[in-house]
Amino acid sequence: MQAQTLEGGFANPPADAAHAFRGVMEAMARPGTLHQLAGATPPAPLSAAAGAVLLTLCDTETPLYLAGDADCAAVRAWVAFHTGAPLADAANCAFAIGTWQALAPLSGFPVGTPDYPDRSATLIVECDTLDTKGATLTGPGIRDSAALSLPDPQAFRDNAARFPLGLDFLFTCGDRVAALPRTTRVR
Amino acid sequence: MTEYNFAYLDEQTKRMIRRAILKGLAIPGYQVPFASREMPMPYGWGTGGVQVSAAVLTPEDRFKVIDQGADDTTNAVSIRGFFERTAGVATTTHTEEATVIQTRHRIPEVPLREGQILVYQVPIPEPLRFLEPRESETRKMHSLEEYGLMHVKLYEDISRHGHIATSYAYPVRVEARYVMDPSPIPKFDNPKLGDCAAIQLFGAGREQRIYALPPYTQVVSLDFEDHPFDPSKADHPCGLCGATNSYLDEVIVDDAGGRMFVCSDTDYCEARQAQGHRGKDAA
Repeated sequence: MQAQTLEGGFANPPADAAHAFRGVMEAMARPGTLHQLAGATPPAPLSAAAGAVLLTLCDTETPLYLAGDADCAAVRAWVAFHTGAPLADAANCAFAIGTWQALAPLSGFPVGTPDYPDRSATLIVECDTLDTKGATLTGPGIRDSAALSLPDPQAFRDNAARFPLGLDFLFTCGDRVAALPRTTRVR
Repeated sequence: MTEYNFAYLDEQTKRMIRRAILKGLAIPGYQVPFASREMPMPYGWGTGGVQVSAAVLTPEDRFKVIDQGADDTTNAVSIRGFFERTAGVATTTHTEEATVIQTRHRIPEVPLREGQILVYQVPIPEPLRFLEPRESETRKMHSLEEYGLMHVKLYEDISRHGHIATSYAYPVRVEARYVMDPSPIPKFDNPKLGDCAAIQLFGAGREQRIYALPPYTQVVSLDFEDHPFDPSKADHPCGLCGATNSYLDEVIVDDAGGRMFVCSDTDYCEARQAQGHRGKDAA
């Protein structure tokens, strides 16, 4: 087994995961805000923030879909060792990770059911740039309006139109994370 | 054995709760099922709130617990002590200083700010439960947005009492979609639920549900055009600090019918007294 597989996890899991979760939760509760996620050094092509999200939220109970370049031997081994998350296809995953192009089409992911809208996938979208400018956001968690660099605003409008069904998104870039829940209205 | 994992719960349990919190924030007002754990306190003593607090606390947090507004009641003292011991977090009784506030049945009088998290202990998370006991039916009613029964209940209140007699756990509609039980807070606190700067998380341990309100969420108390919602309180000033805009507890002070009204939020009352405000019953 490669040494790289064994390394790169949280040094102090309870505290590191607590900090990472607070970042993710603040991001999800306040769409359009950026938060730092530190403590994880996953193998390429995963970003540090994406690695921290996986360590904080994924385990043996969460089927994980690795899309595109993220589906490589190094990432598979790292995910298996650090989280134990079973790998799944898009239709059966709880979490998915990859670039926007690799994750498309969004129609293949579970969006929940009317009885259980929480049984929907959370997509971790790896971005080259992540900025608080671009599409205008309004909705829960946003006082007046916010802005976020989104890969394809129309896709998020379509997703929001299905509320209460829908997908939730985490955007990762380097050590930063932002989020877009299904409630956010994108203009 | 003296050592606990940080904040008592094991990491896998915290991940499960954290995933439920994120889905709760993404679907405001919807009750997310979660695998509630046995806690070292009985159901009904805030096990849901404790599990949510354990999942969100970081070592740097400053933690406050209130029970009916008071920092010094049994429930508040024991939960504060629980996290002092198992998480080593700093605690406080001052609302402004706290980053995480666990509450039973009150929202602090001082407006919350960004960066704060309010964790509610919830006994019965389902607002429709006393109207429809079957979970399979209430789940269907939520999915179909079928809330007529709740309006009928409020209407029957009016026809029987002349006004809506529900005074606590007053149902609210979140973002014009889900009807939500705000936990048994007095309806006086309902207006503070909406447009709140803090994140509000609700944990029901026995009923195994977590739900949430992101900041600045639209929360409307159910009412009728000709019977608008009225966040009423006892029509008195506080006997100790003289506040006229805080929620009051009625305290019986002798066996001859004597009584006084005091702020239910003890921290708010003490802060006002420290500033020199005095009510008519102040010593």
